[in-house]
Amino acid sequence: MAAVIPDHLHDHHHGPTGLMRWITTTNHKDIGTMYMIFSFIMFLSGGVMALTIRAELFQPGLQVVQPEFFNQLTSMHGLVMVFGAIMPAFVGFANWQIPLMIGASDMAFARMNNWSFWLLPPAALLLLGSFFVPGGAMAAGWTMYAPLSVQMGMGMDMAIFAVHIMGISSIMGAINIVVTVLNMRAPGMTMMKMPLFCWTWLITAYLLIAVMPVLAGAVTMVLTDRHFGTSFFNAAGGGDPVLYQHVFWFFGHPEVYIMILPAFGIISEIIPTFARKPLFGYASMVYATASIAILSFTVWAHHMFTTGMPAVGQLFFMYATMLIAVPTGVKVFNWVATMWRGSMTFETPMLWATGFIFVFTIGGFTGLICAIAPIDIQLQDTYYVVAHFHYVLVAGSLFALFAGAYYWLPKWTGHMADERLGKIHFWCSMVFFNITFFPMHFLGLAGMPRRIPDYALQFADFNALATIGAFGFGFSQLIFIVVVIKCVKGGEKAAARSWEGAQGLEWTVPSPAPHHTFEVPPVVK
Amino acid sequence: MSQTYEKYFVPEPSRYPIFGSIALLLIASGAVMWLNKVGSGPWTLAIGFAVLVYMLFGWFGQVVRESEGGSYGKNVDASFRWSMGWFIFSEVMFFAAFFGVLFYVRVLGLPWLADADNSLLWPGFSAAWPSAGPVVEDPFTPMAAWGIPAINTLILLSSGATLTWAHWGMMKENRGQLKTGLFLTVLLGAIFLTLQVYEYMHAYHEMNLKLTSGIYGSTFFMLTGFHGLHVTIGAIMLTVMLFRVMAGHFTKEHHFAFEATAWYWHFVDVVWLMLFVVVYWL
Repeated sequence: MAAVIPDHLHDHHHGPTGLMRWITTTNHKDIGTMYMIFSFIMFLSGGVMALTIRAELFQPGLQVVQPEFFNQLTSMHGLVMVFGAIMPAFVGFANWQIPLMIGASDMAFARMNNWSFWLLPPAALLLLGSFFVPGGAMAAGWTMYAPLSVQMGMGMDMAIFAVHIMGISSIMGAINIVVTVLNMRAPGMTMMKMPLFCWTWLITAYLLIAVMPVLAGAVTMVLTDRHFGTSFFNAAGGGDPVLYQHVFWFFGHPEVYIMILPAFGIISEIIPTFARKPLFGYASMVYATASIAILSFTVWAHHMFTTGMPAVGQLFFMYATMLIAVPTGVKVFNWVATMWRGSMTFETPMLWATGFIFVFTIGGFTGLICAIAPIDIQLQDTYYVVAHFHYVLVAGSLFALFAGAYYWLPKWTGHMADERLGKIHFWCSMVFFNITFFPMHFLGLAGMPRRIPDYALQFADFNALATIGAFGFGFSQLIFIVVVIKCVKGGEKAAARSWEGAQGLEWTVPSPAPHHTFEVPPVVK
Repeated sequence: MSQTYEKYFVPEPSRYPIFGSIALLLIASGAVMWLNKVGSGPWTLAIGFAVLVYMLFGWFGQVVRESEGGSYGKNVDASFRWSMGWFIFSEVMFFAAFFGVLFYVRVLGLPWLADADNSLLWPGFSAAWPSAGPVVEDPFTPMAAWGIPAINTLILLSSGATLTWAHWGMMKENRGQLKTGLFLTVLLGAIFLTLQVYEYMHAYHEMNLKLTSGIYGSTFFMLTGFHGLHVTIGAIMLTVMLFRVMAGHFTKEHHFAFEATAWYWHFVDVVWLMLFVVVYWL
């Protein structure tokens, strides 16, 4: 790194070296890199769990794992992917990009930023370590529903404390992002001139601060019900197991927007670049993002249509949920309108972004289908739901993360990523993703329940197909490791403005971005 | 955002965060071991807290030195203001979860438990609050509002007033008033906590009201307990402010640590008022 630091900045950089550099760093780029490496390791860990699940489901009967272990795998796959892979990856992007995009010298609280990251490895240790304790890992599903979660062994306690620690990390990270965006913008960078990625992260951070404490409250009540004799989720003592679901989903539904809004931000940066046109309807994008965030607090019980809710409640949550389709539709419309009559090229980031629009929109539509209470009562806890949320979380969040990684890798490493390998990575992912998850719609409609290691014979063909797809998808991700290593080691030199149509402050600094940027803020006209 | 731009303070690499992470890992592992009776949980927990205290002293000490050394300009001050506001918002949401639980239980949960569908399961159960649920094993006396809780309300409200009076002292550069006001606030906070402890002991020994007393005991002790924890944290913060004032820290223009503590103290005050109304009174 040292060679690329401009001379006048060189004397500022005299911190610890080696491992201690990474442990003590207060630099947003170092911390962003650590977030991304951590999240990719967790992505592979969660992926191994997913492939074990798919191996078991390759044919009917029990072949690979015991049912108890299967339940641990489905539960931990969810927790690891949500809290270990997707969320930290987006925070990594925020760390790298937000200061570069708004012309700030670093995040507002650089030391706290370091702690936000370094809380994640202990949490991951607790989560993954719980596989090896007596009774094994928590197996109540990633949602940790009571009363099952009240009955589990010590793996459940480890998961609860891991959630607490990740919650602290998320709240500190989110406060840091909010304050950075609100207080550290360069002169002239008004709110409505900010890149959309900063807007989506500002709103995401607001959601995080609002709902992570609610999750902490929910798991704390599980903990006291387990060990201290409280009756929150115990009907005999006047509590209610359904109450857990209400508290959890009051966190859980905003949480799904926490995982998709930054993805919207990344896509909104990439499409204008490769369409060589400004983003269509910038202001409406901002308002749509804010609307989605606010509506997300009013829809939680659509996860609970089968809990015996009064009809009035079902109607309210059904209509409120469908309302979210409006701002989301605005977004998809604006992306398509941005591409309309643009001079489009399809480099790897654009391929991922375009692919995102197709597959994410399918996931959005199946979400609308699930929102309709009478239909959802049929689909609750079937593979249709599994198909739906993997279309939005894998083809939505994960594809956007890959799009963003290919887009900004030149800025991070100073080299262009291997286009050929990147395209192979995209097409393999796209094809295998659909082979894996598209059949699950049919399985769900035919009534195959989720979270069960065995199934009736008539589901065998689609399950075999899904397993083949899953292994294809899993191994395709190894291509990404090759791309990143090649890109770090060498390759075509990236210009400061690495993509012809790229706009924004991050493209005004050299590639790779020097260790310190914008120590004197740029003036935005 | 004028022509003369003030450089934003970015701290040097720091080893305190990793100590914080190690502390939380030890605390979490210690708690898991203790709760499940494996290994030496209490010791692990104690070491974890010791590391946490070391980290907090070191980290905050460094922040205080940087602040008094003039490293923080107007921009950093604005960052602190925003962040304290958002932190208190996160605390509001934490309490909102527990208030939401109380609301759900009283307005929805218990009436459903007592309705026609469940009358076969638990005949004769009525949804009157306070309730320990349909399987009452151990009768208890609920906590009345107009004894110690009412006195505690007065104490906390007065502590808000003494704190504001202390702040006026800061603004008038009257250090005597500042010190007296802060001292009175800490004292009132300590009296509040003492009365809470007395109330808890009374509940356990004379009223048979325990954490295990069904949903009433659960909500009562969790809400008042987490509030008491926050009063304790606030009182520690106020004490630190008192020591800093005695050490000659803060000026009329530059004293956000004091203000942040005051915001926090007023926040726990407001939470108490809501507790008094919905937990003790109604």
